[in-house]
Amino acid sequence: MYIYDEFDQRLIDERVAQFRGQVERYLAGELTEAQFLPLRLQNGLYVQRLAPMLRVAIPYGTLNARQLRKLAEVSRRYDKGYGHISTRQNMQFNWPQLEEVPDILAELASVQLHAIQTSGNCIRNTTADEFSGVAKDEVEDARPYCEIIRQWSTFHPEFAFLPRKFKIAVCGSEADRAVIHAHDIGIEVVRNDAGETGFKILVGGGLGRTPIIGEVVCEFLPRKHLLTYLEAIVRVYNQLGRRDNKFRARIKILVRAMGIEAFRERVEAEWAFLKDGPSTLTEEAIEHAKSFFQPPAYETLDEAAEAAALNATMESSPAFARWVRHNTAEHKQPGYRIVVLSLKQTGFAPGDITAEQMEAVADLAERYGFGELRTTHHQNMVLPDVRQRDLHAVWGVLSDLGLATPNIGHLTDIICCPGGDYCSLANAKSIPVAEAIQRRFDDFDYLYDLGPIDLNISGCMNACGHHHVGNIGILGVDKKGAEFYQVSLGGNPGKDGSLGQILGPSFSQADVPEVISKILETYVEHRNEEETFLDTFRRIGLDPFKERVYAAAH
Amino acid sequence: MPQLIKHGQVIEDSWQVIRTIEEGEGLPDGKVIVPLSYWQAHREALLARGNVAVWLASDEQPSAIADDLPHLPLVAIDFPVMTDGRGFSSGRALREHYNYKGEVRAIGQFIRDQLYHLSRCGFDAYALETSDPHKALASLNDFSDAYQASVTQPVPFFRRRAG
Ligand code: SF4
Repeated sequence: MYIYDEFDQRLIDERVAQFRGQVERYLAGELTEAQFLPLRLQNGLYVQRLAPMLRVAIPYGTLNARQLRKLAEVSRRYDKGYGHISTRQNMQFNWPQLEEVPDILAELASVQLHAIQTSGNCIRNTTADEFSGVAKDEVEDARPYCEIIRQWSTFHPEFAFLPRKFKIAVCGSEADRAVIHAHDIGIEVVRNDAGETGFKILVGGGLGRTPIIGEVVCEFLPRKHLLTYLEAIVRVYNQLGRRDNKFRARIKILVRAMGIEAFRERVEAEWAFLKDGPSTLTEEAIEHAKSFFQPPAYETLDEAAEAAALNATMESSPAFARWVRHNTAEHKQPGYRIVVLSLKQTGFAPGDITAEQMEAVADLAERYGFGELRTTHHQNMVLPDVRQRDLHAVWGVLSDLGLATPNIGHLTDIICCPGGDYCSLANAKSIPVAEAIQRRFDDFDYLYDLGPIDLNISGCMNACGHHHVGNIGILGVDKKGAEFYQVSLGGNPGKDGSLGQILGPSFSQADVPEVISKILETYVEHRNEEETFLDTFRRIGLDPFKERVYAAAH
Repeated sequence: MPQLIKHGQVIEDSWQVIRTIEEGEGLPDGKVIVPLSYWQAHREALLARGNVAVWLASDEQPSAIADDLPHLPLVAIDFPVMTDGRGFSSGRALREHYNYKGEVRAIGQFIRDQLYHLSRCGFDAYALETSDPHKALASLNDFSDAYQASVTQPVPFFRRRAG
């Protein structure tokens, strides 16, 4: 992974000093609330329902064991001993004290972590496919480009006060595990016919109040132009994006208003000034970035022999077999697998991880890997490089930790925002809804029979829980002061992305599990063999589900 | 005379910003910074008068005065609120698209914590609303360097990183 040099370190140390000064001035009354607001947001600090919330950046979801231990330490010392993985791969602490935040940032800086631009109307932490570098279906590792974008976007002087927040996601594989079409800019690493690497650039996607699937602004951008092209897009947005209405201020609204053609023309005109200028990437710069993401010292293993041994162990332990099938993924290196840690154990808020768990996971990463870890937009974690022969031992430890619930990719692997329990913007709670669903559907054989289903829950229109792209989406709404839930079906976070369609009138919290049950029954009745929930929905449409759910009880 | 931060120092400011001016109303004596609309309506007279500069509102683009730049010793850019970041792009456009060499001044509601970014976007003068501009000077040096290309450092760090 990327390792800071003296230069990178100096910048984040200077940032800590800057923020320390700002907090002091705020506490001394020299900065008003309104002036301090954007400054603290650019350091990831929100004021929430119960206390401030600090969002620590995990750049493109990659971190090492040492960093995770530091996060554990911070959570214990300054918080309540746990953290929360957000849908943008960051880690949030819900209980820090404002006065202590500069110290927390200094602690984080000591292990090359920070909270820079995790909030505010600026370019946010870039997210990526959590399997980057190890996925079997990879075209090219997205991380070197993410790092190049991280550096370019960090303290970008022109783009610190955009009309609204700005999110970039990158994927480099066939399956899109980064939801790129739902980002302000989505980047797919591609190869052209000549075998050259470049990028397909999508723009104007986003969820929230006005969900829109991104459109292609550039089919193939040669890789050296990455930064100048991004700069042109963000500059056009900075100049022309609406600032009169917060709900109309995202780039998606601008792109829609201008039309993609006119938007592209404007970007190209701006790009003409920048193209081939000093910000054009050099081969050396790309190679430098790539040098941090070289494959670790894998052992040469015989896939067939390893697989045979693994199968034998799986046969003797059905519980282990279940976990291997559902919570691990193919690795590009023979004899290895990718292990997904489920932070979706019933009874715990989705995405929450305790300090003890963090420390144990850090140990696992060192013992059964190369000390590296990932966070996922699905609010889970990943051990990217586990030898197949170590899987049984890893499973044992994870089971004891409560991180081996074999539900990855299934109904109860719920994406869920913090909702009304923590977030001051919420219309409704989301964590208890997730829990009620997990309790109701606790039969794994039934879950596996249902096949892959994404169920996503957001506590309000801001859609942090990505409900629009859940196969089943649940949105908290306010109905005359009471918490209600609107259900949508057919969203898809993958490459042929689609937005869910609203089923109908909303439900009370108590009714949600029963509604989900009826939706699932409808799917099971209508599905053809091997057909996923999404495919069935796409074939039969909304009506059969609607009829079943809203049928008068008799 | 009000104070101004220019080229990293606090100096006396001899320019006066004319925020609004009614048609038929005269300009005060001395150096004035007039609104774009007023400049466009009275260009010849103002050129004859001399001692005149233009300020751009945050929704006005430097392209509107591209041809006039050789006659303008100063262009001011207004920040109606500190969170309106359009002016940062305007500063860069003046310097980088139009190669403007005169003074680029920030006016309005920006705060000292933005000085470093403003300077990198081509601003060299700041009419900062503060009781203590000397204290604010420190913010010009919040950071010792940066990753991106900017007006003050046109070579991005990746080209300077000893490899
Ligand atoms: S979706 Fe709404 S309730 Fe949930 S975290 Fe985001 S802003 Fe808060």
